[in-house]
Amino acid sequence: MKVLRCESIQLVAESDIVASRHKCRTWATEAGFRLVDQTKIVTAASELARNTVQYGGGGKLLIELLDDANRSGIRLTFSDQGPGIPDIERAMQDGYTTGTGLGLGLSGSRRLMNEFAIRSEVGRGTTVVVTRWRDR
Amino acid sequence: MGSLLLVTIQVDMHDRLAMALQDDLTAKIAETAAKGVLIDISALSIVDSFIGRMLANIANMARVLDAQTIVVGMQPAVAITLVELGMTMPGVRTALNVERGMQMLTGRAVDGDVTSEGDGESAAL
Repeated sequence: MKVLRCESIQLVAESDIVASRHKCRTWATEAGFRLVDQTKIVTAASELARNTVQYGGGGKLLIELLDDANRSGIRLTFSDQGPGIPDIERAMQDGYTTGTGLGLGLSGSRRLMNEFAIRSEVGRGTTVVVTRWRDR
Repeated sequence: MGSLLLVTIQVDMHDRLAMALQDDLTAKIAETAAKGVLIDISALSIVDSFIGRMLANIANMARVLDAQTIVVGMQPAVAITLVELGMTMPGVRTALNVERGMQMLTGRAVDGDVTSEGDGESAAL
């Protein structure tokens, strides 16, 4: 698997959530994803970017265009140096939130993408990596 | 029939703007004693859980103020994504477009079920 291109953007302010949606839309469109898949990718990005800004105290998003044998993909990595998530299993459940949201960010974006990985350490931060593939 | 409010969302809203819309619209419903609120989201290319919650909040607050809310024009890709996201938006009624939404609010029959109406769907409202 090769990384064809990548770009990193800051996720600090609320306006960065909107910016990340636009960036992901552009990348998903250029990667040839159909409209429904673009919408899923952008929606997942919006949820995860909001988590980074609201719960992670800010961080960044790395967008990568992947090339793998007979498919191409888009990989999004959200990372922060925030407080971390003490109980990931619980955080992954629908409806669980420590804030005022609906608790669909992590569980919902896992459903919207093909691959989902989360790594978190209390006091050190959280990294969420999601990928969506497209057959060529 | 009291007055109706028609709101068209035309920009990709950041979170605070969505909250402001929720507050402004609720105030407007009270101020105008509106009986119905139509929210046109046909220009929105995504609805995430934050925007979904805002729409549900508006519908619930409007109900307390004795107004009905109908969200109209959701793009098919947005609808598919919302369901997969797990967003249910309880209490939010939807219609395909503004015209159908108006018909729902004004209690007029939607074509199809009612006989002898012909296709006079485009009658002025």
